[in-house]
Amino acid sequence: MATEQQLSAIKGSKVLMVGAGGIGCELLKTLALSEFQDIHIIDMDTIEVSNLNRQFLFRQSHVGQSKAKVARDAVLKFRPNISITPYHANVKDPDFNVDFFKRFSVVLNGLDNLDARRHVNRLCLAAGVPLVESGTTGFLGQVTVHVKGRTECYECQPKPAPKTYPVCTITSTPSKFVHCIVWAKDLLFAKLFGDKNQENDLNVRSSDASGSSEPAEDVFERKKDEDVEEYGRRIYDHVFGHNIEVALSNEDTWKKRNKPRPIYIKDVALAEVIQQNGNLDKVPVSTDPLSVSAMTTIGLKNPQDVWSLAENSRVFLEALKLFFLKRGKEIGNLSFDKDDQLAVEIVTAAANIRASSFGIPLHSLFEAKGIAGNIVHAVATTNAVIAGLIVIEAIKVLQDDVRNYRMTYCLEHPSRKMLLMPVEPFEPNKSCYVCSETPLTLEINTSRSKLRDFVEKIVKAKLGMSQPMIMHGHALLYEVGDGLEEDMATTYAANLEKVLAQLPSPVTGGTVIMVEDLQQELTCTINIKHREEFDGEKEPDGMILSGLTEALVQKNDEASKENGASTSNVSETVSVEAEEDDELQILPAVSGLAGKKRKLPDNANSSNSDLSGVIDETKIPRKAIDREDSEAVVVLDGNGERKKKRGQ
Amino acid sequence: MNGEELTEQETALYDRQIRVWGVDAQRRLSKSHILVSGLTGTVVEFCKNIVLAGVGSLTLNDDRPVTTELLSANFLIPPDESVYREKPLAELCCDSLKDFNPMVRVSVQKGDLSSFDVHFFDKFDAVVVSSCSLNTKKSVNEKCRKSSKRVAFYSVDCRDSCGELFVDLQDYTYSKKKIDEMTECRLQFPSFEEAIAVPWRSLPGRLSKLYFAMRVIERFEELEGRKPGQTSAADLPNVLNLRKELCEAHSLSESQMPDALIGRLLAGTREFPPVCAIVGGILGQEVIKAICGKGDPIKNFFFFDAMDGKGIIEDIAKRDNEAEQFQIGCLEGCLEVD
Repeated sequence: MATEQQLSAIKGSKVLMVGAGGIGCELLKTLALSEFQDIHIIDMDTIEVSNLNRQFLFRQSHVGQSKAKVARDAVLKFRPNISITPYHANVKDPDFNVDFFKRFSVVLNGLDNLDARRHVNRLCLAAGVPLVESGTTGFLGQVTVHVKGRTECYECQPKPAPKTYPVCTITSTPSKFVHCIVWAKDLLFAKLFGDKNQENDLNVRSSDASGSSEPAEDVFERKKDEDVEEYGRRIYDHVFGHNIEVALSNEDTWKKRNKPRPIYIKDVALAEVIQQNGNLDKVPVSTDPLSVSAMTTIGLKNPQDVWSLAENSRVFLEALKLFFLKRGKEIGNLSFDKDDQLAVEIVTAAANIRASSFGIPLHSLFEAKGIAGNIVHAVATTNAVIAGLIVIEAIKVLQDDVRNYRMTYCLEHPSRKMLLMPVEPFEPNKSCYVCSETPLTLEINTSRSKLRDFVEKIVKAKLGMSQPMIMHGHALLYEVGDGLEEDMATTYAANLEKVLAQLPSPVTGGTVIMVEDLQQELTCTINIKHREEFDGEKEPDGMILSGLTEALVQKNDEASKENGASTSNVSETVSVEAEEDDELQILPAVSGLAGKKRKLPDNANSSNSDLSGVIDETKIPRKAIDREDSEAVVVLDGNGERKKKRGQ
Repeated sequence: MNGEELTEQETALYDRQIRVWGVDAQRRLSKSHILVSGLTGTVVEFCKNIVLAGVGSLTLNDDRPVTTELLSANFLIPPDESVYREKPLAELCCDSLKDFNPMVRVSVQKGDLSSFDVHFFDKFDAVVVSSCSLNTKKSVNEKCRKSSKRVAFYSVDCRDSCGELFVDLQDYTYSKKKIDEMTECRLQFPSFEEAIAVPWRSLPGRLSKLYFAMRVIERFEELEGRKPGQTSAADLPNVLNLRKELCEAHSLSESQMPDALIGRLLAGTREFPPVCAIVGGILGQEVIKAICGKGDPIKNFFFFDAMDGKGIIEDIAKRDNEAEQFQIGCLEGCLEVD
């Protein structure tokens, strides 16, 4: 029960919620019941059917509407006299600047992506507003408190980067199903239905990384008047038959690996396919392109079934046909969407056929969709627990009850009898480039790397800045924004293409660069160190940023082992977020700071003496919790260009 | 919900949670029947969770009229007196809960919980009681145990910013994932009466203080003929006297149930919504796990105190040699060792 003091702090507060989804719905409800009177809520999404199993403020009839607005309306029904202000907008919008954040007593995050979390973290630091962060996946969850100067900020312990796979693993030597999914989604699907002008590694072979354009490029073009089914069979034989034969011709690749087998249409029991021709009439005429389905045409009803090679082949051909016959207009512009049934079907089928070729176990559509769509498994109960914990921390924050701030972990299996485990927050990380503004060091070849590479790979990808400004001393090397004068814009565009050493204000070894994001009010100082050579496999970016505390367990170790036998020419990486391989990770700070004294005053409460012991022994699933739905899949080419980025 | 394949509608709706517990478990859920009695804030949270999860049916029992007190932690009922004056609590909640998931049958069962017989409880897979007297708790638990099929029994009580959850799954066999494979485990749960009869002195050291504090207050209410939760700060002196007696009888130090804690629990009669969400969430997970027969259940008490933020499981059962060996066999065979 809240005390008088607590109630008064609650009633006088103004709270910002970011996210009106799984955690958001539970949180808004609990805040309202706890007598919060002035709540603002930001969410850019609209409601989908798959949300309804846990986002209980929404109904079937609300599908397609703004989450923030519907949540607000639903809560006002049982607490009509409080003020809830919804924003159907992206929190990264410039309107939500430092002044906006300063209006709030506390910010409560219920987000589903790392990018937005980092952004909010920086704005809260700039505004001096406490932040309560949270995340859930399945039965796991956590709540953390971040107060500038007193505790770690959200980025003091950097979160693991999205999982990456070297391109050759995807194009030539897959060993896991997820590799086949990435191939089917980012290469095959993109090649067949995406932007024709995008470079695509589908025909890259390990022995020939020169990427020369070959006549084979024309294979994917459907010839004028070519029968759709014939086209489908031709594509099938090319990617599952011919391309595999070509790969097999490079003996080195297969010395220590199992050889894949080429698969041709003629080898697969597809007699029924010819009979399916007539079934096109049975496909229900639908105005909704997203409901067209190859599965149902063929009679495969259960998404949980694992199809045979023949069934997968039938789905592949049928789906390809349906794309051309029913959704022809979209071809050339399509990108994979997990809610696009036909896209999911063709990717599943293609991935399975490839898996079959390489001796990798096949998966059901249900499983494939989860991997391809980076779907986070989620239930209402965990979100409810986390929401309750968030409100408890928020109330402490409102009262400045610093000694009692806790990071709380909701575990699936108890640790020392605890299902809910509170841990005292750590003091700020002095090397955190975000809240302690510690300088970083960048090793880079200043005669070979361009400014563009630096902006894409370091400033945006690693530092998470979206509107950067780059300065060398007084010289402005680059900035973004509206209202740039034409000559400045021209200079910046030119600068991007120059190597660092050739910039108007040359950047060489020993130079100090300042990178700033005005909206996030974050400034980073970077010391440049010139380095000639980089290992193409281990350092594919061709530049190393240090001073960031890296996550201890690197999943990429696995990837470099796989690559042991392949050529070192291929240096690009394909990034993907893979749900299935998530593991518990030991908190990086745990091992390093186990014995470290905190600046927070010692709490005389004897029960706290348990807590420090608990931290050391517990694997806290931080990585799993920060995973999310619909994170971008990024394919980088040799120039460090982002070829395609989806998502927000 | 014909019991075999999930419909397309169910598959789409339950996609995210099927990815947590699987299709089979979802099917089992859709065939399960739950009874709740005592619609406290925590139980209302539980009801929301279990309806969203997609159980077959949920039966609500609480004939009390709505009061502003009861509404303080209830998000199902619009605070419009002209509306809520007409119906008892269960009916109002029922109307709202149906909205959360049209595939779940939500209904009301009028009457006094203690008057229902064994046959009545037999219809359910799980029974959750809250805000009920010690006697009723014991008797409902017994009736659940007498049933020929296993009826899971849960009691949940929240006072001030604390919560206590009790679980009785009787003789329970379930499966759990151990590394890459599924193993089967078996546990024996005591009834509530058996559990609280365990002499305090023989309980493991460092047991959650909440356990003892709740027992003292529970006994106080029983002796004074109070309704559950019908206490106040004024009762503190009498309760502390009772504590003294009980501690002497059990040869346990009074420091195991501190004054301050007892004071809080007596005075805090209004529910604290964050605690309702937390305890209601944990309870929801437990019932779902038990219906699915998957995953380690809480055995057999769970305590939460917002003041220290810990959510602790305590195993309170008679430790005779035979039972102990059996439990140890289970532990080594299949339960993870911390």
